[in-house]
Amino acid sequence: MFAQMTDSLDFHSKALVVRAERQRVIASNIANADTPGYIARDVNFRETMAAATGSSGLPTTARMSSGTSNSRHIPLASSTGELGGSSSLAYAPQTQPSMDGNSVDLDRERSNFVDNAVRYESTLRFINGHAKTILSAIQGQ
Amino acid sequence: MSMFSIFGVSGSAVSAQSQRLNVVASNLANADAVAGSDGKIYKGRQVVFETVLMDSQASAGVKVSSISENQEPGKRVHNPSHPMADAEGFITQSNVNPVEEMVNMISASRSYQNNVEVMNTAKTLLLKTLQLGQ
Repeated sequence: MFAQMTDSLDFHSKALVVRAERQRVIASNIANADTPGYIARDVNFRETMAAATGSSGLPTTARMSSGTSNSRHIPLASSTGELGGSSSLAYAPQTQPSMDGNSVDLDRERSNFVDNAVRYESTLRFINGHAKTILSAIQGQ
Repeated sequence: MSMFSIFGVSGSAVSAQSQRLNVVASNLANADAVAGSDGKIYKGRQVVFETVLMDSQASAGVKVSSISENQEPGKRVHNPSHPMADAEGFITQSNVNPVEEMVNMISASRSYQNNVEVMNTAKTLLLKTLQLGQ
């Protein structure tokens, strides 16, 4: 029964980890906007979330989010830091090729940063709201 | 937590951009310097940036790997009344182009501001994360 209550929390906490990872990648891109030869990276959010939760969509309460495809596989322990799966970063598409080999589009990186920051905060609010709902249900109000 | 390394990354970028601004300021200060009798002019300097991997592929900071000097010959101006004019009345000025240096300064200050904003946003998000559940 507790798994049903914490399933959504688990999904959102994994989303938070992926968002933080993406924030880090975008910050690295912005920091290296002037470095010659630097290639801009990005995190494919949908694929990373699918790999982290072991499903291709939103979690349902009936599905175990242990990340295995066969019931005889040993599930990976849910990590609190880096995601347990592969940390292969995708490449951001190059818009304006430049002479020194730098492929960072600063405007796109800034807008991605703001977008990611807002989604991070909204994930925080979801977690908060869900935790408060569970607490009020436990307290019977 | 992966967001803490953002401070290291953006901090390295801010420090590298400020070194770049320092070099621009040095160039502009010496733009009108004239070569002495030994013929050595002030050569304009440029910073060379290099990516520094902090802990993984996702955290790439930046550092100044070297400072290179512009090897173009200086401008020769005919001014026989200048105290440092050579036998033909020419003085050699430094090879700094002030317009280029101003553009460099604008680009460096824009990068600096961007990275400071990244640090501020990361700090705000981390503080909000600390208040989860309250």
